[in-house]
Amino acid sequence: MSDQALSRPADSEALEALPPTPRQVILRRARRHRGLLIGGVILLALAAVALFAPLLAPHDPTAQSLAHRLLPPAWAQGGKAEFLLGTDQNGRDYLSRLIYGTRVSLMVGFGAASIGLIIGVTLGIMAGYFGGLIDHAVSFLLTAQLALPGLLLAMALVFIIGPSVWVVIAIVGVLHWNYYLVVTRAATMRLRSLDFVAASDAMGASAWQTLSHEVLPNLAGQIIVIFTFELGIAILAESSLSFLGVGIQPPTPSWGLMIAEGKQSMFYRPWLVVLPGIALFLLVIGANLFGDGLRDVTSPQGRN
Amino acid sequence: MLKYTLQRALLALAVAAVVSFATFLLLNYATDPAYAIAGEDADPAVVEQIRQTYGLDRPIMVRYLDWAGGVLRGDFGDSYYWHKPVAELVADRAPVTVALAVSALLVTIVIAIPLGALAALNPNSVIDRFALMIAVSAQAIPNFWLGLIMIILLGVMLPVFPVSGDDSWRHFVLPAFVLGASSVPAVMRLTRTGLIEVMESDYIRTARSKGFRGLALLRRHALRNAILPVVSVLAVQLGQKFGGSVITETIFAINGLGRLALESILGADIPTVQMLIFVFAMVFVGMNLLADMLNAALDPRIRIG
Repeated sequence: MSDQALSRPADSEALEALPPTPRQVILRRARRHRGLLIGGVILLALAAVALFAPLLAPHDPTAQSLAHRLLPPAWAQGGKAEFLLGTDQNGRDYLSRLIYGTRVSLMVGFGAASIGLIIGVTLGIMAGYFGGLIDHAVSFLLTAQLALPGLLLAMALVFIIGPSVWVVIAIVGVLHWNYYLVVTRAATMRLRSLDFVAASDAMGASAWQTLSHEVLPNLAGQIIVIFTFELGIAILAESSLSFLGVGIQPPTPSWGLMIAEGKQSMFYRPWLVVLPGIALFLLVIGANLFGDGLRDVTSPQGRN
Repeated sequence: MLKYTLQRALLALAVAAVVSFATFLLLNYATDPAYAIAGEDADPAVVEQIRQTYGLDRPIMVRYLDWAGGVLRGDFGDSYYWHKPVAELVADRAPVTVALAVSALLVTIVIAIPLGALAALNPNSVIDRFALMIAVSAQAIPNFWLGLIMIILLGVMLPVFPVSGDDSWRHFVLPAFVLGASSVPAVMRLTRTGLIEVMESDYIRTARSKGFRGLALLRRHALRNAILPVVSVLAVQLGQKFGGSVITETIFAINGLGRLALESILGADIPTVQMLIFVFAMVFVGMNLLADMLNAALDPRIRIG
């Protein structure tokens, strides 16, 4: 087909038959990838919820009202239309708390996944590009980091330093860089043996120039894929910490914390536990589906 | 094989040293242990007194070496909170957590391996899609939430198994399921891809042409090779189960190491936290070492190459 196109460049039909550019291939695959679309829509929708929380939330998420404690959702018996998803033990509107909880989850997710990215990608590129002693040192660091019980260490550090959103972001980020490292290290090693990287070295580019101009742009796709997975992992980590009482502190509406608060009366008011869990599940599965899809449509072999 | 074993063992020792030192630094610099003992608003004179009694006024390196020397003799120091040797506390609580971790791993094996194998033998079938859906959802479900939902559903509506305590084997059913479920996606995916790869290999085609079919083909030829990576992942997952026990034990009121960890963190009991992090890390390192050895024993390419 391409031979024909080359021999008759003036023919517009033949031009259209030219093999599609990589970008076109990816876009076409993306439009057909159901997981990617579902994940993307979920992520976008929840990002919009987080962004427009003040407009969407019917009440102040921290406003307490003793007169309206533990109301069931509006459609259940005893529910009030004013509080669509009911209220919690302090009479705070549950829907508003869930909406503002999106902000906390996404903030921790993006913050922690970015910190992990900076640490992991820096170490991975250095190990893959320089090899030798640096590679050995980084690989050893990775082995040691994997051995540490992450949740336990995070709990201890957050509690000792003093729990706050920023401390949670920092600790979760600092403890989640191994996945970035493993992938960028292997990919950099592969790139290192390719001609364009060797050419950059041969033309006298410094290691920094080669890494930032030749290597890093070629890793961007893979790094974004890992970022979406780490987003989900960080969000789950924050919810676990907050659930155990060593993460986000009241009255900030964190989904993990809301589940912990609802636990006391979960047999009579299961929605207090069920609803934030569904919110967490949606956000994390959205990120994972999006990441899976992104990996499928950007990998050279493709899937399906 | 001996050289390989020695190499791995040396690496494990180095990891033990680095992990324990890093933990020691983090825990001792992030807080002032003297204030942790005395309480936040303690009188500075009292704090100074405590610092001297507990030897906290010495340089950090000296204190670490002191701690490490004790560890070599099996002495992990005394708990600030329970006023007992930490090693004694941990030894008391360890059996429950070991039982929980092992039964959780059994749950993982029983669910993940058959599901992965079925999916691999019927690629792109309904079973395959179902297995993938389970894997994707299980990865997104917060473990503590799954535990609470099980308690709400099974504890109240269908009270078959007890939902709190650790008195009999029946108390372990739900916690083991919840803790085991978290490893299902990884193990299932690995079984599936491993088995698909093996099923497409030349020697399986040869076996097929010799008339092997179904279970006999799977048992005598395919599983042996496909199971290698699964075995190492299972060992690693067992190591992680100890860390994961914090959440499961808290939810199901099991008095094991996980609960001890949460209690000692909330009590700022640094020697106990230090020992637990060290022990969990060592279980993980030990399991990794075991997996490496198993793989080397099963696969001659590793121990020779």
